[in-house]
Parts: sequence; structure tokens; C-alpha cells
Amino acid sequence: MKRVDGRKPTEIRPVEMKVGVVKNADGSALVRFGNTEAIAAVYGPKELHPKHLQDNEKAILKCTYMMAPFSTTERNKPGPSRRSIEISKVIKEAIEPALFLEEYPRASIDVYILVTQANAGTRTAGINAASLALADAGIPMRDLVSAIAAGKIEGEYVIDLNGDEEKVTLADIPLAYMPREGKITLLQMDGNLPKEDVKNIIKLAIDTCKKLYEMQKKVLKEKWLKEGVE
Amino acid sequence: MNIQNRYMMDLINKGTRLDNRGLDEYRKITIKSGVIAQAEGSSMVSIGDTKVLVGIKMDVGEPFPDTPNEGILIVNAELYPMASSSFELGPPDENSIELARIVDRGIREGKAIDMEKLCIEEGEKVWIIFVDIQPINHDGNLIDASAMAAISALLNTKMPKYEDGSVIYEEKKKKLPVKDIIAMTTFINIGDKVLVDPTIEEENIMDSRVSIATSQNGNICAIQKGGMHGIKPGTIEKIFDKAVERGEEIRKIIKSNV
Repeated sequence: MKRVDGRKPTEIRPVEMKVGVVKNADGSALVRFGNTEAIAAVYGPKELHPKHLQDNEKAILKCTYMMAPFSTTERNKPGPSRRSIEISKVIKEAIEPALFLEEYPRASIDVYILVTQANAGTRTAGINAASLALADAGIPMRDLVSAIAAGKIEGEYVIDLNGDEEKVTLADIPLAYMPREGKITLLQMDGNLPKEDVKNIIKLAIDTCKKLYEMQKKVLKEKWLKEGVE
Repeated sequence: MNIQNRYMMDLINKGTRLDNRGLDEYRKITIKSGVIAQAEGSSMVSIGDTKVLVGIKMDVGEPFPDTPNEGILIVNAELYPMASSSFELGPPDENSIELARIVDRGIREGKAIDMEKLCIEEGEKVWIIFVDIQPINHDGNLIDASAMAAISALLNTKMPKYEDGSVIYEEKKKKLPVKDIIAMTTFINIGDKVLVDPTIEEENIMDSRVSIATSQNGNICAIQKGGMHGIKPGTIEKIFDKAVERGEEIRKIIKSNV
């Protein structure tokens, strides 16, 4: 089967990963899959205000996912939407397992994700970027989080759906995974498929996350090596 | 006054700045256009460590009753906390509204876009241009960076096709009718000193700020004064001369990146 953009079923789009793209932030990253691009910036850990929101046991992780108005074919109305609020929540839950929040009582860690180009897979691009940004900020982590969406089109399992494929896939399954821990931290599904198919799609997504994990490690290592020399 | 601010004041009084620039020295500018596949036009502008992304989206709608044969320009700025810890989540505040309106006024008053060419059917259908300003990193002088990114993005814009009552975003051919390249130059006053291209630290201690938009023929087409102090008329006059001069240089930089 040939895909609309000429990829093989198990082939991801051209990926670009960069860290340190937002200078004001404590950590930041840009992740691009073809025409899907997300930037993440991390501020913290810092003292949480107002004080009554502080947790004496651990830091509070705040995640915000937002789409730039020009990131979609038809202009996306600025500001939060029901969709972006839900995605912010699941991204937070995808990332929090990787952090030692108990190390920072009374603090907050703020993660801001901005989708600059949307062509499907924006939440997973956002998670990859957020995970890199947290590591870039030097925040201790159990593991990096890698994420990708997969589905099934014309009888074949396909990874990293693009915007055209998202419309025709029998299911859209975004997944986030901590490879070293071997744990899934985000799993959603839209669609209708027998459970065997879903299992196979999850396997494919996990295999791809392992590859993305290596790319994430590489870009972080390059950054640290470069800074070490400077 | 804290120790850094006092040190900055001492430097400024000696004619230099924290980053070793002279008072009328600008930071390095880079412009990258056509960076957003989904947008009709786009541009990322860096001035030093300040980074602003502007995307242009177009749609078709009803014209305003007082301008039935002209297109509509809508400028919006989102000060997302990603770009600075001084920004807060929530609906647009006075700073983001002012930023958008300054850029809007420069483009509108400078007649940068031939609005009549954006009329499809008089009184019924015209093109709407959305200019969305999205700062990525704020290290001062957002106004100049936003204006430069906006005009660069407009120059980069290809209009979608309009057929049988619907906009076909997949087919973009015609260039947006841009008539003039507007240049924005912002000055800040600290004591009796005038500084160009301020960083965030400098903006934090400024007395006042003046932004001036100029058009290709050297006219001034928009002015905005900000800040809590007054400015002497003599200072304003000098600023005008400098703004017109700098406008020429900015236009060269923009043109060389189209």
C-alpha cells in the first residue's frame, strides 16, 4: 500500500527536533513531523502563587496546549476551546509520570505548548516537545516521554497519520510511552476496530516511540556536548 | 532602584548599554518567511533574542457598511506565557490589544494593502485578512518585531481561490496586493536619553516609549506614545528624523528577505 504522501505504512514523516528555541524559558524544544509543528517551553520549578494553591507534598505541574490561529487551513479562533482544555489535561497526565514532583514541594512547573502548524498528531508532537523541554530545563526525570499516533487504513496498520489520513483511518490512536520504564502514559482512541487490531496498532506505536526516544536522546546529548565545549 | 537598574542607568548616562550597544545601535535582525504551510503567508522575525511569528489567514465575508467595496483587515496578538514569564493566560489584556492596534494602524494608515482589490462583490463579499501575531520569545521591542513580521508575512501571502461561494485553500496563486512597505521604529526615553531597539530590561526602567510607522515615501503614518512620563517636543522632533531614516534601512532589510 502506498500512502498519500508516498510513505510506507510504518514510516514516520520527516522529523525535526531542536532544544533551546525559547530563550526566556528554563527549557524549550521544537518538534516537527512533516507539516505538524509544536513548540514547548518550561518555566520552573518556581514558587507557586497564590500560596493557597501550593501543595506541601509535591510540585504542581501545569500544562497548556494552544493552537496558533494560523496553524490550521481555516483560521482557528484564538484562546482556549473545549478541545484544547481536554488535550492540555491528557498531556499533563502523559508527562507527570516522568517527573519527581515530590522533590519540589510548594513549587509549580509550567509547560506551555504552542502548535504552530497542525496537520494531525499535534498532541503527540506537543508531548515529544514538552518532554524534551523538561529535560532541557534540567528537571530530574524518570524517563523521557515519546509519543505518536497510529491507525488502520485499507487493511494496513499505519503510523503517524497526516491530516488527509486522519479523515479516512478506521481508528486514530495517539499514544505516549516511557521506553525505559516500559509504561504507556497517554492512550486515546477515536474509531471502531476489533480488539486484535487495536492491540497491533498499540504495538506499532510503541515500536515507533522507541525510535523517537533515540532521536530525543540524540538531540539532548548534542546540546549538552555543545554547551560543554562553549 | 535595584543594583542592576542602577548599573544600567550609569551605563546609559555614559552612552552605552548592558549588551555593549550604543544608545542608537540596533540589534541584529533576521527574517524567515513562508515558515507555516497552513497559512496564506507567514514570517518569523528575530531582533536580538526577541522572536515573533506572524501568520496570515484569509476568508471571505461581508464588508463593513461604510466601506462596501473594500476588504477587511483584522490584526490580533496573543501574548502566550511561553514567550515571557510576564505574560499571563487569559483573554487579551491591554498590552496585547495595544500591540495589535499599533501594528494595525501602521498597515491601515500607511495603505500597505490595496483594500479595493480585495472586494469580490460590492456590499456583499470581500476578503478578510487575519494578521495573527504570536511572540515566541520576548526580549524587548515587540512592537517593531511584530510590525516587521506582519509586513513580511503580508508580502509573502498568496490568496486562496474563491469559487462558487467557497474558499479553496488548496489553490493559492495570486499575490496579495501589497502597495507599501511600512516600517516601525520604537524609541524609549530614560531620563534625558533616547534609546533605540530596547531590551526587556531597558523597557522595565523606561520613562516613556514612542513608536513611529513610516511609509515608503518617508511619511509618518502612525504614532503611539506609551509609558508613564511625558516627552519634550524637541525630543519628539529628533525621534521623527531618526524614524524616517531608520525606516529606509528597515525597508531594505525586509525587501532583501522577500
